[in-house]
Amino acid sequence: MSALEPPRHRLWWKQPLDRVEGTWIVIAFVWCLVMFFMMPYWHIYGKQNLSNEAYRSTPEMFQKKTDEMVAKYTVREETELKIPVVRPPAGSDVYLIARLWSFWPMLELEAGKTYRLHLMSMDWLHGFSLQPENINIQVHPGYEHVLTITPTNPGTYGIVCNEYCGINHHTMVSRLYVVK
Amino acid sequence: MAVNRNFRTCPTTGLVYHEPAELLIKVNAVAGVVFLLVGGILALLVTLTRWPAVHLLPADWFYLVLTAHGIDMLIFWIIFFEIAVLYFAGSVLLKCRLATPRIAWAAFALMVVGALWNNVAVFQGDSSVMFTSYVPMRAHWSFYLSLILFAVGALIACFVFLGTLAVGKSERTYNGSVPLVTFGALTAAIIAIFTIASGAIILIPTFLWSIGLVGYIDSLMYKTVWWAFGHSSQQVNVAAHVAVWYAIAAIVFGARPLSERVSRGAFLLYIFFLQLASAHHLLADPGLTSNWKIFNTSYAMYLAVLASMVHGLTVPGAIEVAQREKGYDRGLFEWLRKAPWGNPVFSGMFISLIGFGFLGGISGVMMGTEQLNLIIHNTIYVPGHFHATVVIGTSLAFMSLTYFLIPTLFKREVMFPKLAQWQPYVFGLGMSAFALFMMGAGTLGVPRRHWDITFAGNALAHEWPGTAYLMMGITAIAGVAAVVGGAMYILVAVGSIFLGKRIDVPGAVRIPVQAGIAPRPAPVAAIPSGHASVGIAGFIAPGTFSLAMVFLVAFVLYYFVNWKYLATVWPLQ
Repeated sequence: MSALEPPRHRLWWKQPLDRVEGTWIVIAFVWCLVMFFMMPYWHIYGKQNLSNEAYRSTPEMFQKKTDEMVAKYTVREETELKIPVVRPPAGSDVYLIARLWSFWPMLELEAGKTYRLHLMSMDWLHGFSLQPENINIQVHPGYEHVLTITPTNPGTYGIVCNEYCGINHHTMVSRLYVVK
Repeated sequence: MAVNRNFRTCPTTGLVYHEPAELLIKVNAVAGVVFLLVGGILALLVTLTRWPAVHLLPADWFYLVLTAHGIDMLIFWIIFFEIAVLYFAGSVLLKCRLATPRIAWAAFALMVVGALWNNVAVFQGDSSVMFTSYVPMRAHWSFYLSLILFAVGALIACFVFLGTLAVGKSERTYNGSVPLVTFGALTAAIIAIFTIASGAIILIPTFLWSIGLVGYIDSLMYKTVWWAFGHSSQQVNVAAHVAVWYAIAAIVFGARPLSERVSRGAFLLYIFFLQLASAHHLLADPGLTSNWKIFNTSYAMYLAVLASMVHGLTVPGAIEVAQREKGYDRGLFEWLRKAPWGNPVFSGMFISLIGFGFLGGISGVMMGTEQLNLIIHNTIYVPGHFHATVVIGTSLAFMSLTYFLIPTLFKREVMFPKLAQWQPYVFGLGMSAFALFMMGAGTLGVPRRHWDITFAGNALAHEWPGTAYLMMGITAIAGVAAVVGGAMYILVAVGSIFLGKRIDVPGAVRIPVQAGIAPRPAPVAAIPSGHASVGIAGFIAPGTFSLAMVFLVAFVLYYFVNWKYLATVWPLQ
């Protein structure tokens, strides 16, 4: 008469619930509802929600828009690879390319100002992991994802690729500057 | 051809084994353990490489080994063992012959060929694409084809199980409804069929793409459909190991479900809602709306979470009632104190249950919450979570079941009983610490699947806090402890099966049985009113209920701590 044998009572579905089970089901269900409502609640009252704005694009189109931004707003170049550091005006559209195995260009943003950050991969899947904030977003090829971000504190932030993208995945890292 | 109707009755457990089924259960379980051994060696290499102070393998080998570890463990070890569980729950528990043993052997052969071939493909070095194998990263075509072969084999095995249920029903080998454990196994099989169908939908075009017949596969489409396969296969594991929990509660304590209705209803919720939960792998992806994400994770997932919370109560609750009825009725926890903690069948199962709930369950809901996913996605928190669900939950449950199967199925005494006694503790606690510290490091942003978090020689290196390195070090040490626990299991299991002392029962005979062997039980007229004679204040399982409340408080606190943490990061819309 155990779980290894057929139920003793043919009409087992008519057996009344024990109090312990009934109580727990009600409590657990209420908790599940609370968890459900937290998500829409945060969309209305919370400040950290992933953008629903995304466009189909191609590497060529995305490269062109990024090049235009780089041509206009580059303030200096860094590292031996001469990666441009771009300081676009507050409120503008900024572009960040993810590709094997680098991010391009580097961005310099103003604290407290809002930007529209466009993310796209030129080849495989990549990850946009902003550290130490720990904001993690998937970057797809062909999907231009537009995020509205507001950096809070000045400092140097790391951008780490956290989606495995082949043999040099662990070298794919960049910086993002936030200035006053 | 004559149908083999030879049965053997196990003298200690009373279980009835159909000869062809018995052999198939054995070979599937042994094949699983072989892949556990391979996956375990790879696990050691992975954990020693991610230990910052050791950093064992070079990058190309690390990614290769990590790919092979994931597939050998998550697919081959677990699914081979699950097929053994299905045949056991079908043929043995229903006391009926296994449907079409020859087809079951064909399924086994396909699975073995697929599994070996896939390992060859990965070890050739041009398929280090990880378990997830996201396109447009391309593996060798044989990587996809071998997985498809294995999946076809597993699918056939699921249908052999369903056929066995039909045989039992038509040959009337049992009365009334199937046992709860068989019902759980059926849940696993139904989800498995959905899973494998999704796998076919995505892997077949990907295979064609890898040989150049299909031009383009959209990365988001791939990821969406792939997870209907990748995550659902983990739901197969959940359903299977919950069935194993119920089985072990019955084996060790003679426990019967608190109520069949609730336990079966909870399994039904798995079938209806678990698969949709695979959407929570796409929470950080572009191109999908929040409405879609919230609906598919919460509506679906939280009812599945509800089901797991129900099983989390009813399994220990059933044990508590059985213990109280045996006289361990004092206070809240006498039933638990007096439980057979030295019996690895029980201790492993109980650690599996606690670890799955507290570590795996709670962290899983965090990751599956649309906004909270932003601070977790693709960090090492994720493997922390699934090592708690799949390794502590599923693997440890299967290991504990093995200690029961060695004498009854393999007719051998368990070798090294002391080692077996300690094994669940070393493995379960090692793995718990491993999972916990990975989650800690993930909270600090450490990425998963990353060969070198120091970014040695990189001008733009990101510097992690010292705590992150400390946690990665502790993770690795705990990982080594877990590998030792796994090695203990393999030593005991393989040693007992091949070299253990045979259990020979004088006078045991093989009986040819005709159709319809089930004895007719005396009809029970009244519907039982529960177990009101034990417990406190109308609660038959007050100890379990208070444990459940502890769980709930931990859950609620941790949930809101994460929201608080989320509120501190950069605003984004």
